[in-house]
Amino acid sequence: MKGNSMKTTLFTSRFRKSRFVSSLAAAGAAALILSGCSAATSEAPSSSAESGTVAEETVAVSLILKNLTNPFFVAMEAGARAKALEIGVDLTVGASKEEGDDQGQIDLIEAAIAQGQAGILITPMSSNIYAAITKAREAGLFVIALDSPTDPADIVSSTFATDNCAAGEAIGQWAAGKLDGKKAVIAQLVIFDDRAVPVDYCRANGFLMGMGIDVPTLEEMDSAASSGSYTSGTGGDYEIICLEATGANEEGGRSGMERCLAANPDINVVYTINEPTAFGANVALKAAGKVIGEDVLVVSVDGGLAGVKAVQDGQIQATSQQYPLRMASYGVQAIYDIATGGAAPANTSANGQFFDTGVTLCTDETQDAVVAAPQEDSAYCIENAWG
Amino acid sequence: MSEKSSSKDAVGKEFELRLTPMRRIQKTLYRYPWLSSLAVLISVVLAFGLVNERFLLPSTISLMVQQTVIVGSLALAQSLIILTAGIDLSIGSIMIFGQMVMANMAVFAVASNVTPFAGQNPYLAIIVGILAAAAAGSLNGFLIVRFGLPPFIVTLGTWSVFMGLALIFFKARTIQGPEMPEVMLSLGEGFSVGPFFVTFGLLVMFALYFAVAWVLRNTAWGRHLYAVGDDPIAAKLTGINTNRVLFSVYLVAGLIMGITALITIGRVGSASPNVDPMLNLQSITAAVIGGISLFGGRGAVVGALIGSMIVVAVEMGLSLAGVDQAYRTVAIGVLVIAAVGIDQWIRKVKV
Repeated sequence: MKGNSMKTTLFTSRFRKSRFVSSLAAAGAAALILSGCSAATSEAPSSSAESGTVAEETVAVSLILKNLTNPFFVAMEAGARAKALEIGVDLTVGASKEEGDDQGQIDLIEAAIAQGQAGILITPMSSNIYAAITKAREAGLFVIALDSPTDPADIVSSTFATDNCAAGEAIGQWAAGKLDGKKAVIAQLVIFDDRAVPVDYCRANGFLMGMGIDVPTLEEMDSAASSGSYTSGTGGDYEIICLEATGANEEGGRSGMERCLAANPDINVVYTINEPTAFGANVALKAAGKVIGEDVLVVSVDGGLAGVKAVQDGQIQATSQQYPLRMASYGVQAIYDIATGGAAPANTSANGQFFDTGVTLCTDETQDAVVAAPQEDSAYCIENAWG
Repeated sequence: MSEKSSSKDAVGKEFELRLTPMRRIQKTLYRYPWLSSLAVLISVVLAFGLVNERFLLPSTISLMVQQTVIVGSLALAQSLIILTAGIDLSIGSIMIFGQMVMANMAVFAVASNVTPFAGQNPYLAIIVGILAAAAAGSLNGFLIVRFGLPPFIVTLGTWSVFMGLALIFFKARTIQGPEMPEVMLSLGEGFSVGPFFVTFGLLVMFALYFAVAWVLRNTAWGRHLYAVGDDPIAAKLTGINTNRVLFSVYLVAGLIMGITALITIGRVGSASPNVDPMLNLQSITAAVIGGISLFGGRGAVVGALIGSMIVVAVEMGLSLAGVDQAYRTVAIGVLVIAAVGIDQWIRKVKV
């Protein structure tokens, strides 16, 4: 279970008491800030005397990951290395030895402090490393949490992560648009339904909200009424058949989908927490004689390479792509900017707690109803996919 | 071990032959430990059938039987080990390891035009994958027999080791169905018998159960296995090479895990290192609910199959009844404790 891509999603964007604000605004703000960021780099540093010393001294940055095998982290490493090479940052990449190895990360943080580096990019293993992070910040290092926000968020200087609520909302809007007024018979395949994990409820409830279904409590998985009407797209009736825990893997996806189909064989919209779950669900749907894309719409979140290829093959109709590579790449840039006299990046997420690294809705049938994220076709997404 | 034999002595003196109906049930269950689980399965199925009429639809029953295939096959391997009074925590990760070996090799065999793999057929990959799992199983056996380490500790270690190796060697990459030669997915295919769909994977699982049950009943090896599990010292005194028996059990269990790897690829439609990491505990749950005694030496493997079906039926039934996953988890836990409680009670019988 260590270091697989599903598990990472577990830790993605843990913003607890986030309020669900229109992500259109967030996306717009992200675009603004991004252009602001790049503008800052090209700007001359405030003091020319300083810039002289900076040019001679390379900016050193540490990238500290949970492991180096998970495709999600591999993408981060690649993003950071490419950016470091491009702008001439001296990058050190390290990871803890295993899941739960806090000491490994602490050692790497202390090494970064000892070397007098400019900053640290880290996917924090647990709260046990917070003291070390604080020590680093006191020593003047700029610390950015990637993908996994700390709790409280201000332990680190900044957080770069995916807005999972927006990711869920985009696929919900897409599904509502595609249904075009037809009744939605919904299956929800989640990670847990007995534990409140932000990535889980944010994506699943975000999906429902995107469809225009009322979700009274974002943090509660079965918060929405089991039937009623959705308002996105042309609107229509909906019925939620099941909320099955899958562990976010293929086998869980298949068994969960089978239980849903046993409860109601007329399911026509399947929400999946990630693409491996969708692959498992697809096997069950096909075994039940369903034609994917015609009888049933399968939507997901992640945007891993296999996932967006499945969009191209019509096995997944829409998926929200997240960008681990971008998280690391922007992170390196941000620390470089600060070390060379630039400003720290402002938070762009809807709840203002982190820097939103953006989401793209990957689909080959764009829908006007989608406003939570920009839409791109599978070819674009394959080009930009991680893992 | 000592606890068990001493309690047996005490019990032996205490009980006289006076068969109340309760004692008669106890005695019958002692002879056929899987009967109680069969009774549980039947009552669970009937109860859920009353709650939701969709539960007894042939299509639902067909689905449930298919869902037992992975845990059911692993529970068979687990049962063999539990019968020797051991436990195997590495069972899921060895299965995943075998799966990754065979899938990667099959893809390599397809993609590569380098000798010695060029033109190799995927059957070789399947065999190598199964043998890799068997080797992993026998590593467990070797450590337990050669160094006298407790199975719990050894398999806790190898659970981690083989999961790690699968991730290191194969970069945690999921191999999608279409990438693999078709034969790799064949155990997920099947045929319809009336309203029921029978996959080849299911047939393989049933064949494994049949073969293991037959061997346990009719061969010296089977008898020795029970003897070693019941009382290793006594078994040794009667001239049984207990070490050899123990080692062979872990080897055979590994072999079954390797075959389960192929079954899993067929069912899931891909070879993924992300298959449920809790399969080890699920297989123990199934075996225990099926009346395989954790103290070793007692139980019929068919019980593990029944146990897997109970778990699946409870999951499906509570799901159809719209019960939260949290309660389902509680229900399975209660079943496990009840099963062990019944096992303790049955063991107090005077033979």
